[in-house]
Amino acid sequence: MNSIGEECTTLKRNYEDCFNKWFSEKFLKGNNEDDCAPLFKVYQTCVKKAIKEKNLDLDCMEKDVLGTEFEKPPPPVSK
Amino acid sequence: MVKYYTSTALFKYTWDQVAIALWQRYPNPYSKHVLSEDVVHREVINGKLYTKRLLTKTNPMPRWGEHFVRGPRHICVVEESIVDPKNKSLTTYTRNIGMQKLLTIIEKCDYIQNPENLRTTQCNRWAWFQSSFYGFRRALQAFGVERYKSNVTKNVKGFNTTLEQLFMTDIPQQTKTKQKLTEKAKHAVDLAKSKTQPLLTSSSQLP
Repeated sequence: MNSIGEECTTLKRNYEDCFNKWFSEKFLKGNNEDDCAPLFKVYQTCVKKAIKEKNLDLDCMEKDVLGTEFEKPPPPVSK
Repeated sequence: MVKYYTSTALFKYTWDQVAIALWQRYPNPYSKHVLSEDVVHREVINGKLYTKRLLTKTNPMPRWGEHFVRGPRHICVVEESIVDPKNKSLTTYTRNIGMQKLLTIIEKCDYIQNPENLRTTQCNRWAWFQSSFYGFRRALQAFGVERYKSNVTKNVKGFNTTLEQLFMTDIPQQTKTKQKLTEKAKHAVDLAKSKTQPLLTSSSQLP
């Protein structure tokens, strides 16, 4: 899948190849040691720049909702 | 007034397989409306993986709205997720950014082992629809719900396509063709039987 910044797509794919391997072979088996940090850093630098150039609402994007008081409670179960 | 929608889907794959496939489900034949996908934050805290992804999607307006409302052609969606491998739980929480006053759609999905069959995975889904656009609130919310229901169907089909591609490729080549045909037929039946029980309700009591 393409990145929001075309110039970041290759960096994204390099990172994803590493992440997918780490996730299935290490993380799911209880090993949290991060193998992909350098690739992630390079990818993030690129994508954050691309997001800024598109004038997206960064505050809204960076706000954490899941697991906080802002999260919507489940709707009532209908009888 | 907030509209909401709940549903349950069953994936004939283990929780681990579903968790692996979550990160690889785009693109798929049913995701032409998804234009880009990026991880914008990720870290492991106390053995759980916290991720934030930014997706851009096409943003079709209802035809009656195109004359009144100038919305952007693409919409941005943020998906937060927590993967807990110890308890085998995976939760995603998705919301649109930009255009919230026009229509806000929030979706939460819990992927857990199916308690009736631990080799399969249950997806419990909730969605909330809210608009504060004067004069069109109900119509926009209703439009949002209908489009969402259509997208949920595509989401489940697309996710199943990814799961098939990832976990059906270990079969030895000589038996692959015969098994593929059998599995395709079985898969079609399974999909038809998959537990999707939409409960559509509106409520005036929700804040």
